[in-house]
Amino acid sequence: MEMSLWMKIAWALALGAMLVFLLPRARHMLKNSPKAGTGDWQAVLIPLVLVILFVLLLIMAV
Amino acid sequence: MQANYQTLPQTGELAQVRNKVLKNTYALLAMTLLFSALTAGISIVMNPPHFTGLVTSILALLLLWFVLPRTANSAMGLAVVFGVTGLLGFGLGPLLNAYLNTANGSQIIMTALGGTGIIFLALSAYALMTKRDFSFMGGMLMVGMIVVVIAAIANIFLAMPALSLTISSVVILLMSGFILYDTGRIVNGGETNYILATVSLYLSIYNIFVSLLQLLGIFGGSDD
Repeated sequence: MEMSLWMKIAWALALGAMLVFLLPRARHMLKNSPKAGTGDWQAVLIPLVLVILFVLLLIMAV
Repeated sequence: MQANYQTLPQTGELAQVRNKVLKNTYALLAMTLLFSALTAGISIVMNPPHFTGLVTSILALLLLWFVLPRTANSAMGLAVVFGVTGLLGFGLGPLLNAYLNTANGSQIIMTALGGTGIIFLALSAYALMTKRDFSFMGGMLMVGMIVVVIAAIANIFLAMPALSLTISSVVILLMSGFILYDTGRIVNGGETNYILATVSLYLSIYNIFVSLLQLLGIFGGSDD
């Protein structure tokens, strides 16, 4: 499904506009997000590793 | 003693508010997903041109950025949510038709659909059961989103399959993180507007589905 040049430019502009909206929000969240406590990252990494394994399983099943 | 009397009802009220937000969010999410599936089905039958996805995505983004923030606290917000999800669903039509025209396209679509459902339900159940506050991930998730958007802009012109594969994989992980983050916020009282909570969860589900579709398409033999 090859995109025409104008469609590529339109997609790039739409994503570029998304960046304009995301940047200030990201800056605000970086400043105001609480710091992770003991075991917080572990509590996130375990389900994410399970998601990776599940996606690999789906890829093998197709 | 007085402080105790004041604290107990407040805690109960807070729990009630959280349960209400959670219930309303999942009810609205179910309705918007069904509506999205309906508009996607209509789009598959109508078979609109490829640029439909671009037009509906831009319209949905405009609604998300300019209309939803002003209407999120009113009944009008519900109409906006259905507008966004309906447009995004309709925009999937050409992509789904491209998959349906391949040998195992319907199998890939059903696998992506089932896989998305399982990922969402499992992560939601995990966040609801642990009641953990995942708000510490907020900054990291947003930075991840920015990196992915920059990579996606580059890949529009570079068209590198390896980069496309990487972007899809990272999007699945980021959106999984957002499901934990958003559900954690609802459970811990950080999000009290069920319309905004629904939109956040819907976008995570939508992005996981599209990325999973692309990954399965690449590995399942489809070039789309």
